[in-house]
Amino acid sequence: MLNEISFYLLAALTVACAVAAMALRRLVHCALCAAAAFAGLALIYLQLDAEFVGFAQLLVYVGAIAILIVFAVLLTRGEEAAPGGRQSSPSWISGVGIAVLLLAGLLLPILASPSLQHGAPPAPVPSVKRIGEELMTRYVLPLEMVGVLLTAALLGAVVIALREPSDGNLPGNSPAQQRAKTGEAMNL
Amino acid sequence: MNALDQIFVSTLHRLAGFAPASARPLVSMLLIIAGLMALFGTCFALATILERKTLGRMQNRYGPNRVGPFGLFQPIADGVKMLIKEDIVPFSADQALHFLAPLVLTVPVWLAFAVLPFGRNMSAIELDSGILFFFAIGSASELAVFMAGWSSQNKYSLLGAMRAIAQMISYEVPLVLASVPALIAAGSLSLPAIVQAQSGFALGWVPRWNVFTPWGLAGFALFLIAATAESNRCPFDLPEGESELIAGYLTEYSGFKYALFFLGEYLGLFAVTGLAVTLFLGGWQAPAPWLQWLPTWGWFALKFSALIFLFIWARATLPRLRLDQLLHFAWKFLVPLALINLVVAVAWCKSGLWQFPAALEIRWLLGAGVLAASYVGLGRSWKGGYPERRQYNYAQ
Repeated sequence: MLNEISFYLLAALTVACAVAAMALRRLVHCALCAAAAFAGLALIYLQLDAEFVGFAQLLVYVGAIAILIVFAVLLTRGEEAAPGGRQSSPSWISGVGIAVLLLAGLLLPILASPSLQHGAPPAPVPSVKRIGEELMTRYVLPLEMVGVLLTAALLGAVVIALREPSDGNLPGNSPAQQRAKTGEAMNL
Repeated sequence: MNALDQIFVSTLHRLAGFAPASARPLVSMLLIIAGLMALFGTCFALATILERKTLGRMQNRYGPNRVGPFGLFQPIADGVKMLIKEDIVPFSADQALHFLAPLVLTVPVWLAFAVLPFGRNMSAIELDSGILFFFAIGSASELAVFMAGWSSQNKYSLLGAMRAIAQMISYEVPLVLASVPALIAAGSLSLPAIVQAQSGFALGWVPRWNVFTPWGLAGFALFLIAATAESNRCPFDLPEGESELIAGYLTEYSGFKYALFFLGEYLGLFAVTGLAVTLFLGGWQAPAPWLQWLPTWGWFALKFSALIFLFIWARATLPRLRLDQLLHFAWKFLVPLALINLVVAVAWCKSGLWQFPAALEIRWLLGAGVLAASYVGLGRSWKGGYPERRQYNYAQ
């Protein structure tokens, strides 16, 4: 009973934050609402006794991805939407199409899976030790692959970020000014 | 001895016993929360006066000495002042976020105390993955700093927030990497289990604390440095550098919201200090067999206070870093060293099976040698501290 009430509260909160993340006008508010929705999802995991997943969700989504979004918003500093202007992008139809396709792609395998036929299995005890053992034995190859993929992505990001603007092309770009500029960029 | 050791636990049980049986878990949780808040609220007040006094002594002046005996009531006066000060919100500020930011900073920090083992049987909740909870909760503070900086709609605040977030993200990596060896050695993510793994004495008199192993010593140093940076304290306090950023993201805060930021900062420092004690200094374990008559929470408090004093001492002694030096230091020195430390820790744990005489000494020397060599090598190869001379356009 108490469990159900808290689930509905958390679910309502998460959905409300997700809706707000799409509907609000200022980009920073949207990003923060998305972070709140991530946190709500983590709380739902915790309510399902999935301790590790819940904390990992908090650590990765609130601690890293939300910060990344916020940083991207800050560094690009695009123009805020005008008060009266339209809020949806002109290509919203394709967005809806993609969302429907994604939902279908997730739902069909879930509905077709045999685990739905033979009832709910006894809830496993997903202790951290158990997760670690599985990751290091049965799923060690996927884990390593993900590690390699993430390292490659990291290196790619560094390579893209390292590309210096070729000096001398712009007028009035003396080395001293160039140095001052890089100094400013570093001081940020 | 045992009665004194468990005095808080037994008091809690007795107090909760007055409640009807169905409400007992809730009541005992509320009692624990009230106790923790009272304890660390007092700690905050004491730490501010201790910090100002110590800084004063180290800078050859008196420090606050007007309110009460030896100025001991200064925190109360400060608190009253903060409460009755006008709370100014800038006209152009984002009102909701400006209001929420201090709360988002302060509330999660309280949660971090829930998993720290303050003594035998004395952690509020024993989570299977306690340390993960600790770091997950800590990630909210970066968002809070961003909210504060952005909602003020002021370029100094925004710059301060950007600096603070860059610093916090950078130093979170060595912080977590430095604590991983302790988890490996204990084979658990639960903090009470980590403390338990450090019990006993090697050679009969050296406590088996992690700090007495080569990887533990290096990890402890790395952890302390990263913790100082995470809690924005000197010498890493440039996000609020008052000389260049007029206090960074705190610029537009006054009155009690400002006090809440300070509360959050100090509580974050306390939490991470408690974690350092738990991970490396053996938690609540006594340092010698004949010293076990002191209650376990007393040992925790002693180690905790010693570390807090170390932080205050560092603040009085060290000059502030420049931002580029700070970030270079994290990524080019601390992170590689923490990774090497991880390898050394794994080798240490694996070589625990060695059976020949003096195996412990050989392991120790090997580990310390590898770490010292990489320390010197990394430090020598690191050019971050000596950049080419910069040209200042308007200062010649």
